[in-house]
Amino acid sequence: MTVAAAEDPVKLAEFEARLERGETIEPKDWMPEKYRKQLVRMMSQHAHSEVVGMLPEGNWITRAPSLRRKMVLLAKVQDEGGHGLYIYCGTETLGVGREELIEQLLTGKAKYSSIFNYPTLTWADIGVIGWLVDGAAIVNQTMLAKTSYGPYARAMIRICKEENFHKRQGYEICTVMAKGTPAQRAMVQDAVNRWWWPSLMMFGPSDATSPNSAELMRWRVKRETNDALRQRFVNLTIPQAQAIGLSVPDPDLRYNAETENWEFGPIDWSEFQAVIAGNGPCNRERMAARRKAHADGAWVREAAEVHAEKQAARAREHAA
Amino acid sequence: MSTETQWPLWEVFTQEGDAAPHEHAGSVHAVDAEHAMQNARDIYARRGKVVSLWVVPLDAITASSPGDAGPLFDPGSDKAYRHPQFYKSPRGVKIF
Repeated sequence: MTVAAAEDPVKLAEFEARLERGETIEPKDWMPEKYRKQLVRMMSQHAHSEVVGMLPEGNWITRAPSLRRKMVLLAKVQDEGGHGLYIYCGTETLGVGREELIEQLLTGKAKYSSIFNYPTLTWADIGVIGWLVDGAAIVNQTMLAKTSYGPYARAMIRICKEENFHKRQGYEICTVMAKGTPAQRAMVQDAVNRWWWPSLMMFGPSDATSPNSAELMRWRVKRETNDALRQRFVNLTIPQAQAIGLSVPDPDLRYNAETENWEFGPIDWSEFQAVIAGNGPCNRERMAARRKAHADGAWVREAAEVHAEKQAARAREHAA
Repeated sequence: MSTETQWPLWEVFTQEGDAAPHEHAGSVHAVDAEHAMQNARDIYARRGKVVSLWVVPLDAITASSPGDAGPLFDPGSDKAYRHPQFYKSPRGVKIF
């Protein structure tokens, strides 16, 4: 392996032996440059996804159908911002500053989850995002809570505890709408139809074609393959859909009694590639909103610094 | 540009419940201690039973490095006589 050849072979062997023993890698420990790079890439993508993920849901805060739903949605969107910050701070332990990470997001150099480039057209989308999108995220994040990098694992444990509320509130919205008027039923079914396939794509390309999977698995950054996680998500979700009388838009969906898996039809990866490349329905809108929010907040960042400096100067004067 | 500094880093410690130890929760960016405290509250105490917060400027923390682990911590594991199991007592006697 060319990457390993560039690293000190003794240290690399020691590092891999530690992983083999199930040990956790901490910020000051020796690690191969490629491990650090993969983590920065993966963690910053994850942090960016949390932050950009606030946009499709924030879109509905002012139009939530009741005060209860509005309070819940506000709390959820605030959580997503918090999750972004947990992971940014984890990423900073790898020696990269948050300003640099945010710069990479705003210039389009860094990616975020393709799912957030789809629009939230109706209130039902808020339910379906909580149920399917957060549901898929929980499956992925439960695996990442056992990742080999300590700060990432600890951020994930914190996040998993909070995500459960996100999923439950989403499923509750879907349940209520599915039991509602024919128009409400149709609205929630339409939302499921639109979000189902993008949710399955959240786990990333099939392992056969995923460029990063093998290395991430070897270094125990990931503990399970994209396909295995996707299958677990489908197996969890189909009974939940059946329980409230909703269907998923997949004519090939079948239960295999032998493997106990819900087998699903082929995923349209060309759509995934197009969205990743920047051509999803909302990519431009999302980035424009992030850039505007960052620019609009500039005066706050500046004012806080000036205020702190003034306070410090006063304290010095007082002491003199 | 001064507006792009994202402010200095502070490490955050939370005490979750009466009599619990303060534990490291994560970090925040903030311009001063008061600001760090507000951000820590919003980020690490949104729910749950946090009863106390500490914020510490990152620069104020001195940490041991992995290379020092041997000389620092090995003496802790080679003195069996520091553990109660090292001592024998007569059969049938209740020590505690």
